[in-house]
Amino acid sequence: MNLFLEAVQWLLDPANWAGPNALGLRILEHIGFSAVVVLVAAAIGIPAGTLIGHTGRGRGAIIAITGGARALPTLGLLTIFGLWLGIGLEAPFLALLVLALPPVLAGAYAGVESVDRATVGAARAIGLTERQILMGVELPLAAPVIIGGLRSAALQVISTATLAAYISDTGLGRPIFSGLKTQQYDMMLGGSILVALLALLVELCFQLVQSAAARRAEPHRTQTPASERITA
Amino acid sequence: MNWLSQNLHIVGQLLADHMVLSIPPIVLSLLISVPLGRLAAGSRRLRTPLLTGTGLLYAIPSLPLFIIIPAVFGFSLRSPATMITALTLYGCALLVRGAADAFASVPQEVRLAAAATGHSPWGMFWKVELPLAGPVLLSSLRVVTVSTVSLVTVGAVIGISSLGTLFTDGFQRNIDASIVTGIVLTVVVAFVLDAVCVLGARIAMPWRRAVSRA
Amino acid sequence: MNIRIRRAGLTIAAIGAVGVLLAGCASADPLEEGGETTPAGEGDSSSLVIGSQAYYSNEIIAELYAQALEADGYTIDRQLQIGQREVYMPEIEAGSIDLFPEYTGPLLQYWTEEPAERTSDEVFDALVEAAPEGLTILDQAPATDQDSYVVTREFAEANDLTTVADLANVEEPLTMGANSEAETRPNGPQGLAEVYGIEAGFTPIEDGGGPLTIQALQDGDIQLAIVYTADPTIAQNDLVVLEDTEGLFLASNVVPVASDRVDEEAQATVNEVSAALTADALIDLNRQSVEEQSPAADIAQAWLEEQGFLG
Repeated sequence: MNLFLEAVQWLLDPANWAGPNALGLRILEHIGFSAVVVLVAAAIGIPAGTLIGHTGRGRGAIIAITGGARALPTLGLLTIFGLWLGIGLEAPFLALLVLALPPVLAGAYAGVESVDRATVGAARAIGLTERQILMGVELPLAAPVIIGGLRSAALQVISTATLAAYISDTGLGRPIFSGLKTQQYDMMLGGSILVALLALLVELCFQLVQSAAARRAEPHRTQTPASERITA
Repeated sequence: MNWLSQNLHIVGQLLADHMVLSIPPIVLSLLISVPLGRLAAGSRRLRTPLLTGTGLLYAIPSLPLFIIIPAVFGFSLRSPATMITALTLYGCALLVRGAADAFASVPQEVRLAAAATGHSPWGMFWKVELPLAGPVLLSSLRVVTVSTVSLVTVGAVIGISSLGTLFTDGFQRNIDASIVTGIVLTVVVAFVLDAVCVLGARIAMPWRRAVSRA
Repeated sequence: MNIRIRRAGLTIAAIGAVGVLLAGCASADPLEEGGETTPAGEGDSSSLVIGSQAYYSNEIIAELYAQALEADGYTIDRQLQIGQREVYMPEIEAGSIDLFPEYTGPLLQYWTEEPAERTSDEVFDALVEAAPEGLTILDQAPATDQDSYVVTREFAEANDLTTVADLANVEEPLTMGANSEAETRPNGPQGLAEVYGIEAGFTPIEDGGGPLTIQALQDGDIQLAIVYTADPTIAQNDLVVLEDTEGLFLASNVVPVASDRVDEEAQATVNEVSAALTADALIDLNRQSVEEQSPAADIAQAWLEEQGFLG
């Protein structure tokens, strides 16, 4: 426990909140970078997953792609993209995007696919266009599962974004790497505590949004276990 | 290809190291998560603390965990035990929730019927709940298997040999082939272990085709 | 949930049940037995554990020791590529690794606070003094692999740079690229500020002065990099090593650290290898690793054969 006390002391030391390595700056970098990755993953993954869930086409492909992408080691992608693209944020961005896409894609696909076909049929019968069905029926009903996918993507990105410091001057990975390499474990652990707190905060926000979406999707239900099924 | 043919024995050794580090955490997280998941599914009071508690483990970045674990458990920094403990924790983070969902998916009527036909809680767990929870459990186990195999590589950063060593070494020496070989083999190991799980489930649950949700 | 559950019993049942579910997975378990990492033959001095840093050049040197000793009939357990000094040194000090290629300057800095010694012999003598009980510092090799500040030829000419002190002439802000540990170590921006009074920013690049660092230099993302002097990429890319007139960097000769399980005969063999390892020889070994991408073991074997170590 001594180690943790030292880490907390390190976090409380005002000297670590000033200068070029100021923790406030590192936190902002970490949040900003992670947010961009998740937003881009959402911009690609949600339309693609929704389309596949809606049409039912490409189902096999998406399972193969999301399964395969999950197996890709982030450190390997980071180093190979690093060799190709040089230092900076490009390589970590791409490596993390590969990490974030599968859960987003799977969430969007599974969410839309899980919408009761009878409901969709009813919507079609009353004359809604495919676009209206998608936007007005399927997406709102699928929202809790889609948000669940985003949530697990965000969590993984925040904890893995620490690897960005392998080749760039960014984020909370900096104190973690520096502390690791020089055995300043108070620094390393302090940085990790901040990452874990960030992840918790994001998790909490998503939980609120997700349950709000669930209430909207199925107002007559008090519990929505199905919407929590997609966890990774 | 030239690099690969010259380095086959090194790659083989790293591949073996990688398997040694990947398989125990997968097995251990299953062993730990099934009872915890059953507890979470069976008790509303335990559900939230168990699921939140284990879920939080996933928020801890992996590199620091490799340092904290030796400090807490007294392993040496490079000991396989360090890596196995860390990955077991991550595995449980995903699998406890998966197991809880799996047991929650067993219909209440089935439980009542089993109790009415004289199954003890013990017998019901074995003969009714676990078989019915199996397919959902399997899909979580597959996710854990694949992500564990991929996470092992991060240990290379602190000097734990695995296929990840091909990344750090190739990165220093500017050898693309080394990194690409590492990536491809990691994916192959993940797929092979995934297939082993599916196969194992088919043998253990012959009465139904294993679900293919990834 | 109105069915009573006996928790303890259930837990045991669940653990047992998993065994059934795992029938398939378990069949892969024998693999676990293939990867023993315990040191081979405890207490048997004909069997030695040799380690190396996660640095290709260090791995080649470890292979040199390993193969030369194998030719003498020793059994060698190789624990290569095991990270940074902070990771492996506790294991050497605890006696679980018997022989490790090290570098005099950085190792002295690891064992003593701010050593004053700078020249090769001074550093070596101080190192022998500083070594903890149970560890022997064998002869140092003529080869050095020390930190140096390098810049591109273009940047050096534009700013008229030959020494580190000349960096004071540079008007634009400087950024140094190196492994993250340099940020707080004496060889990084802090040392540069203390010894030369020159301020520089810092960007971590975890490739030990490797390809990405060089690329960043050439792209102008960083102006200054820490590269090891035995790195063949310095010549390859026509980089300029700034002369360290104020003694910021310690001399850093290749030196083997041995446990007391390395007997006199083995020490003599390793000392012979060290004596033959000149600065140019080391650069050439490194060149084969980076340019020809040969494995460390092959590079080491060819060199030992050429030097007549393998009979």
